[in-house]
Amino acid sequence: MKSPMWLLMKAHEVAEALRVLETDLPRDVEEGLQGCLRREGGNSREVMKAIVENVRYARERSIPMCQDTGTLVFFVRCAERQSEVVDVIRKGVELATKEVPLRANTVNPFTRKNEGRNLGRNNPIVHFEGEACEKGKISMDILARGAGSENVSGAFMLQPDLGAAGIKNIVLEAVRMAGARPCPPIIVGVGVGGTLEWSAYLAKRALLRPLNERAEDPLAAELEEGLLSEVNRLGIGPMGFGGRTTALGARVEWAHCHTASLPVAVSVQCWALRRVSAEWEGSEFRILR
Amino acid sequence: MGVGKVHRLGTSLKEGDVRRLRVGDVVYLSGELYTMRDIAHLRAIEILRGKKRLPFDLRGKVIYHCGPIVRGTEVVSAGPTTSMRMERTEADLVHLSGLRAIVGKGGMGRGTLEALRKFGAVYLEYPGGVGALAARSSKGVKKSYWRDLGDPEAVWVIAVEDFGPCFVTMDSHGETLRKSA
Repeated sequence: MKSPMWLLMKAHEVAEALRVLETDLPRDVEEGLQGCLRREGGNSREVMKAIVENVRYARERSIPMCQDTGTLVFFVRCAERQSEVVDVIRKGVELATKEVPLRANTVNPFTRKNEGRNLGRNNPIVHFEGEACEKGKISMDILARGAGSENVSGAFMLQPDLGAAGIKNIVLEAVRMAGARPCPPIIVGVGVGGTLEWSAYLAKRALLRPLNERAEDPLAAELEEGLLSEVNRLGIGPMGFGGRTTALGARVEWAHCHTASLPVAVSVQCWALRRVSAEWEGSEFRILR
Repeated sequence: MGVGKVHRLGTSLKEGDVRRLRVGDVVYLSGELYTMRDIAHLRAIEILRGKKRLPFDLRGKVIYHCGPIVRGTEVVSAGPTTSMRMERTEADLVHLSGLRAIVGKGGMGRGTLEALRKFGAVYLEYPGGVGALAARSSKGVKKSYWRDLGDPEAVWVIAVEDFGPCFVTMDSHGETLRKSA
């Protein structure tokens, strides 16, 4: 393979972003967990104490907070040379797998064979974002998605006349069915509209928005608030031990859709919402938190 | 749910040791844990059904639903995986292997609950995602088996000291924390 040396983005920098991703939580998420600890009692409180201490210890020792270092999902903005960017991302993932280290999670879906490098066909997942980006600049958001939460996520094609109530019901049902499996307290990412795959993409992208920042659109913001309070009324609580906090937040992203469709996707996210942003500009590489 | 009675246990257990545990109790384990996930369950059951012996004896032992990150003999991160994936096979493994405790997360189903009652074993939950603290209470990899399954699915024998809190969420008396199990 030809060397992408000319690129300002280097594999070891991608690996460094992945190390931060897996060993340290964004502040808004850590604050959410501390708030949950203050609210809960009994064994739910003991669970939250362990989670909060785990986050601190993982950061101090620079080790992955969770052994499931996930499937890595990249949301990339760059104006050119996209295939070379993918090459550098893949090299960065391979390097991080050895050096952080990450768990080798990537297998062939048919044979289940694991080659140990976290690389495979169309994996890691790289989305190129549609928004405009200056030439000579690359920026990306990265998510680490564990299987516990990915396995209870889903996309649904609702009848349009079900409206906002239908959207809320399907999300609540998904969270209720997931129960303790996705490691609550969860964060609920919801994608509304678009098409089948676009709603799922939006649901995942919703997890990139900080927990303390409401949706700009008033109807989306209303759905976020309504969902958060109703999810918390389910009483699942930390690790399903019962309590007032089942979710730390609900985030909604949306797109216009076909007049006869109402796609809704739910991306359930475990407490370890591992997201990081990185950017390259000129000779400068920055990790943003 | 209040904080239950605290027990400190080894990992060579007799039936009486686990019959004393009740839902809501908290356990700290010192000894060895055998990590076993989906495929290791299937392989173990196939061997035991064929009246053959496992390369590791599980009688009285503790299995851990976990796919750790391991570097050499160092355990880097080792929290539990979702136990429900093993629900289809767990009752058979409890029956055929003679294990006394399962550590996982997220709860299990009726089949497992019934096997725990019948054969005298317990299901414990370690907080999900707490991989770094789990590694802190581990003293390294003692042995490994079935590496051909890939690192996450292999059986790792991990030495642990005061591994916990492990919450009893299904005991050997048919009681369960989550009534919907």
